[in-house]
Amino acid sequence: MSTIKIRSKRLADYTLVRTLIAHPMETGKRKDDETGELVPAHFIQTLNFKHNDQLMSQCQMGFGVSKNPFFSFQIKSAQAGDIVSISWQDNLGYSDSAEHIIR
Amino acid sequence: MIQNMRVKATTIAVTLYLLFSSSSAWTSPAEDRQQIRAFYQQLFPQLQLDDYAEGVYAIDQDAKASWLAIEEFPPYEFALEQGEILFKRPFANGSGYADCFTNQGIAIAQNYPYWDKQKQQIITLASAINACRKINALAPLAYGKGEISTLLAYMAYTSRGQRINTAIPKDSKPALAAYQQGKAYFYQRRGQLNFSCATCHLDNAGKYIRSEILSPALGHTTHWPAYRLNSREMGTLHRRFMVCNKLIRAQVDPAQSTALRQLEYFLSFLDHGLPLNGPSTRK
Repeated sequence: MSTIKIRSKRLADYTLVRTLIAHPMETGKRKDDETGELVPAHFIQTLNFKHNDQLMSQCQMGFGVSKNPFFSFQIKSAQAGDIVSISWQDNLGYSDSAEHIIR
Repeated sequence: MIQNMRVKATTIAVTLYLLFSSSSAWTSPAEDRQQIRAFYQQLFPQLQLDDYAEGVYAIDQDAKASWLAIEEFPPYEFALEQGEILFKRPFANGSGYADCFTNQGIAIAQNYPYWDKQKQQIITLASAINACRKINALAPLAYGKGEISTLLAYMAYTSRGQRINTAIPKDSKPALAAYQQGKAYFYQRRGQLNFSCATCHLDNAGKYIRSEILSPALGHTTHWPAYRLNSREMGTLHRRFMVCNKLIRAQVDPAQSTALRQLEYFLSFLDHGLPLNGPSTRK
């Protein structure tokens, strides 16, 4: 099961691409309720948004972003059949990517 | 003058009699429901009955706009996917959740909670899931959050649009007693703040408590489990009951305890006929 969900909607002036990512986004400052020990930081550091293999946006993120983060992008000049892809890498070296075809 | 006073005295006596008789008279569950719905209709004349399934968003237009935007790409989708996988995965002995329920567990959430005449207790959907696990020699799931909320999410999703079908069997005195106890729990003030469920969700529904608008009690059982934006995870209806009790600084009855099942039975009876729209997102 991919950690990334992507949906798109073509509107009059632009195409709206939305994405939801399943990620704990631990700040490293939170303490475990039971053991009282700090939960190690675990957060997405870079998120790449590509439109037909062209990098449209690269987000450099820190621990201030919420758990299961949601992003939306607006792209002009997107056609039906175009491919958008989203990938992320986190501070522990994990990563994931997903592709989506605009209809 | 004297005649005038007599008329007044009689009026007062009649008023007192009416007040006394209406508050002490025993009302049937159907009458309770009618009275409570009439009360809300007077309070929120703009709402149709089905609108109450949206909870507080029915009466808070700003929050509704952001809720609708979230529902276009809802955060409970991961839980829903997980729930479907768990629901369809067979147990070690080959049977599965679907074998424990009528219609293979699809589109049946509206029939819960119900009164089980043989077991002489209220069966909620969550308790039925654990009963199913017990038959198949599996450990019960914790009732508040986690795996059970994903299973409930899937079962609620397949039941979307079904209308809540909660009845009190006419020939069962214990069922009526369970309903009456649920009703008593709803009106009973408790905790350090001396609040009852009714204090917020009946008497003060639609008013602000700090920055939040209090939701009407009608429609409270339609949309579970819910992804709460404040805890950023799925939670069950009973977990929400527990949080409510904690907030009013009362003793917290555990999830699926007799008291909370009775409360769910009472609330669900009020919601009879409302459409199910769970799982959902709530603030």
